[in-house]
Amino acid sequence: MTQLRAERVTHYFGGLCAVSDFNLELERGALMGIIGPNGAGKTTVFNIITGVYRATEGSIYFDGDEIIGKTPDRIVAMGISRTFQNIRLFNELSVLDNIRIAHYAGSRYNPFEALLRIGRYKAEERRIREHSYELLALFNMDVLASTTARNLPYGQQRRLEIVRALATGPSLLLLDEPAAGMNPREVDQLTDFIRWIRRTFNLTIILIEHQMRLAMAVCERLMVLDFGAVIAEGPPKVIQTHPLVLEAYLGEKVPV
Amino acid sequence: MIYLLQQALNALQLGSIYALIALGYTMVYGILSMINFAHGDFFMVGAFLCFIVATFMQLPFLPALLISMAGVALLGVIVERVAYKPLRQAPRVSAIITALGVGIFLENFTLALSPYPKHVPTIIENTTISLGGLTMSSLQTIIIVLSIVMMTVLHFIVQHTKVGMAMRAISWDKNVAPLMGVPVNHIISITFALGSGLGGVAGMLYSMAYPVIDPYMGIIVGWKAFISAVVGGIGNIRGAMLGGYILGSVEVLVAAFLPSTYRDFVAFSLLLVLLIFRPYGIFGKPRTQKV
Repeated sequence: MTQLRAERVTHYFGGLCAVSDFNLELERGALMGIIGPNGAGKTTVFNIITGVYRATEGSIYFDGDEIIGKTPDRIVAMGISRTFQNIRLFNELSVLDNIRIAHYAGSRYNPFEALLRIGRYKAEERRIREHSYELLALFNMDVLASTTARNLPYGQQRRLEIVRALATGPSLLLLDEPAAGMNPREVDQLTDFIRWIRRTFNLTIILIEHQMRLAMAVCERLMVLDFGAVIAEGPPKVIQTHPLVLEAYLGEKVPV
Repeated sequence: MIYLLQQALNALQLGSIYALIALGYTMVYGILSMINFAHGDFFMVGAFLCFIVATFMQLPFLPALLISMAGVALLGVIVERVAYKPLRQAPRVSAIITALGVGIFLENFTLALSPYPKHVPTIIENTTISLGGLTMSSLQTIIIVLSIVMMTVLHFIVQHTKVGMAMRAISWDKNVAPLMGVPVNHIISITFALGSGLGGVAGMLYSMAYPVIDPYMGIIVGWKAFISAVVGGIGNIRGAMLGGYILGSVEVLVAAFLPSTYRDFVAFSLLLVLLIFRPYGIFGKPRTQKV
């Protein structure tokens, strides 16, 4: 069953075409990678899917509903969540509060109930708190709950971003360069980690990678972007030897 | 000694009003990084609403309070939607100029309706309680207690509800908050409603204590509250409260021991000195940008 479908998505920044004619069919439960050199438009695709940018042309359907034109918070509520290339945690808040915020869309009580401390307020707040702790515990981060996010070591901050994204209750998770800044050993662990969260949370995952190593190891299917256009698509084996991909990564072959 | 205690009460009364107004400045700054220079005039509108309901409708205290608060809260939400929202991506200076414009609009709109200063009728019977030489009026009690209740409620909202958490998230990173499911426009409206509502309450309490009101009354009081917010650390809620009480105390102390014309001069000099040593205010933290 198709979960995400993009049709002829094109996006301009002024005169610059950042994404051109992007098409995608993503099955529920798939693990797909988008790779490409710097500035190829990978993050722009994520920004369009999550509603940060409104695509100049084209449509995107998520579970059959058009999402272009919806605000980011509505899109999150529909079940798409993401992480960021450069870590974007709420630095001044505790680890727990970072996770609690992500429950906003799913919490049901109104300000009056909160002020009078009646009705759903207490039960909802308790549910959110418990759920946050459960999530953190699942990632061995519950002992860090009251730590200020800024004070976490780098690897934990990356991990917390993923937990925060999961806390919004997504069915589609977008990971933007999860391996950035990691050493080869950590990258190997990340491969298992990504497979594990897909299984545990029943997710469809799209992964952006700048370096091939992780993308090749973990993704079932890869899409290669260069200058905003899809130049190749297929299983990692095919991509690895695709002439256009080699050209994009290594430069044009010089005729001898 | 009694004299000092008496002055402390006066300081609490004045400080409460500054603190209530300062909260409006600091909340808007925290969430939008802009100074809503029309906020002092929101305060003035609160005083006029109180005048209107007390004079023409003869409403008692509680309904008058609710109307002033809700009226100014609504005004704040409308002003944000109409005047500030279109400028959200614009340079901050443009938004600040717009705020000044909104302030001048409100002053002159009120002026057009009522060119003369108005006298607010008493809506609370003013009895005084005497405690061993220390006199406390019922009005003074209401101002102090009500302000503290309001601030406690605000503190609870900001610290313990999802809306408050969303406010803090937006104030930290307004681009990421929506991507975590926080409806930014909605939260900004709530912030304006809360901040302006407190300004409206302050306007009403002020007009009960100093019952002659005019359209320009919000300017100087607004400035002082703004300075209170800066002294406490703008963007910081506890800071705004503390700043309000500091400014109130300094003003009352100066008026008590020096010629009363020295009041603003000494108060502002002290604040200038404080800012030299703590440029981010008492609770403010410099936001370091990673390079």
